[in-house]
Amino acid sequence: MSALLFLALVAAGGIGAGILGALTGEGGGILLVPVLVLLLHVNLHNAAGASIIAVTMTSTAATVAFLRQGYTNIRVAMFLQLTSIAGGIVGALLAAFVPVQALMIVFGVALLYSAYLSFRRKEEAEVDRPSDPLAIRLGMESSYPTVDGWKLYTVQRVMPGSLLMGVAGIFSGLLGIGAGAANVLVMDQVMKLPYKVSTTTSNFMVGITAAASVGIYFRHGYIDPFLTMAAVIGIFAGALVGARLLMIVRAKLLRLLFSSLVLIMALEMIYKGALSAQPGG
Amino acid sequence: MTLVMRRLERLIGFVLLVGVLLSAATVLLGGVLFLWRHGSTPVHYRIFRGEPSDLRTLLGVWGDVMKGSGRGIIQVGLILLVAVQLVRVLLTGILFLLSRDKTFVVITTVVLGLLTYALFYAGR
Repeated sequence: MSALLFLALVAAGGIGAGILGALTGEGGGILLVPVLVLLLHVNLHNAAGASIIAVTMTSTAATVAFLRQGYTNIRVAMFLQLTSIAGGIVGALLAAFVPVQALMIVFGVALLYSAYLSFRRKEEAEVDRPSDPLAIRLGMESSYPTVDGWKLYTVQRVMPGSLLMGVAGIFSGLLGIGAGAANVLVMDQVMKLPYKVSTTTSNFMVGITAAASVGIYFRHGYIDPFLTMAAVIGIFAGALVGARLLMIVRAKLLRLLFSSLVLIMALEMIYKGALSAQPGG
Repeated sequence: MTLVMRRLERLIGFVLLVGVLLSAATVLLGGVLFLWRHGSTPVHYRIFRGEPSDLRTLLGVWGDVMKGSGRGIIQVGLILLVAVQLVRVLLTGILFLLSRDKTFVVITTVVLGLLTYALFYAGR
């Protein structure tokens, strides 16, 4: 395949991954990796390197729009980022001593089950409860734009959310997978945030989380300039489109898209588990 | 949310926008240069070979840029994108500092520290 044709195909995949990544707050890696590996026959190492940069791009480009629209909750983002990034570092250090393949299956099943719960959640049918006192003390309560104007929301169970994020961070560091899905699930299921606040706040976080692992990929020579360029250009365009779409898409549809992506992710994990694609692995 | 917070959030948004455009433009420039020279050459990614050593270090990338290498210029654009993430956390910290939110200043500082550690030292 000539470089030009390859560029066009990767960029097209990037556009799709960028749209879905920005919409679901996952970053786009879940979709980009199988497109590169299964359709374009890129090896897993280079695909992972391109994907980690692509997620950084989705997060940055979409955050510009989400901050302006007023969805992102920066306080929740930073609070969860703390345990998530710390867990990620611990997980990466543990990876050499732990049976990673078995854990992939455990984590995959946990993800699938929580994605199912997330798909079923009906926010509008829930009774309004006051926020966790800690959330009030940390100034996490906020409002977000809806079709009926700005709507206040409460924040539940801050410490359980933070701890769970740490566990998810350890798993993502161990298994070399993105933390976006776990971000959304913790905010949606534990902290009971509105769905669009969860996805956009996750979107803010994934760029920082992904950037933390770029160093190791870069030093191990996983980041191929040409391949990553093609993915990043596509993702950039896709993320801009996705960020604009978020305002008009219904939360129910977002839940469906997100759950479908998590399903793909579980399958990816089994595939990766069989081939062991982590740096140094 | 206070007006100051809102304004600072917008400032973060603006810095992100400038950073992301700068990064995308650099990546694109490198891509055009690379395609200009190698556009019709077939590419193979089926087997992982690992990037050459010059594309794995900051100094090596800089050396490539000085030689006018398209691949080197793309790497600079990608490094810029990662640098934007550091700047973004730093700005968020400043936002909390200006709104006198001690807890979040501490949290953001630790996040910045962990991010820097992971970026420069992890896996060495």
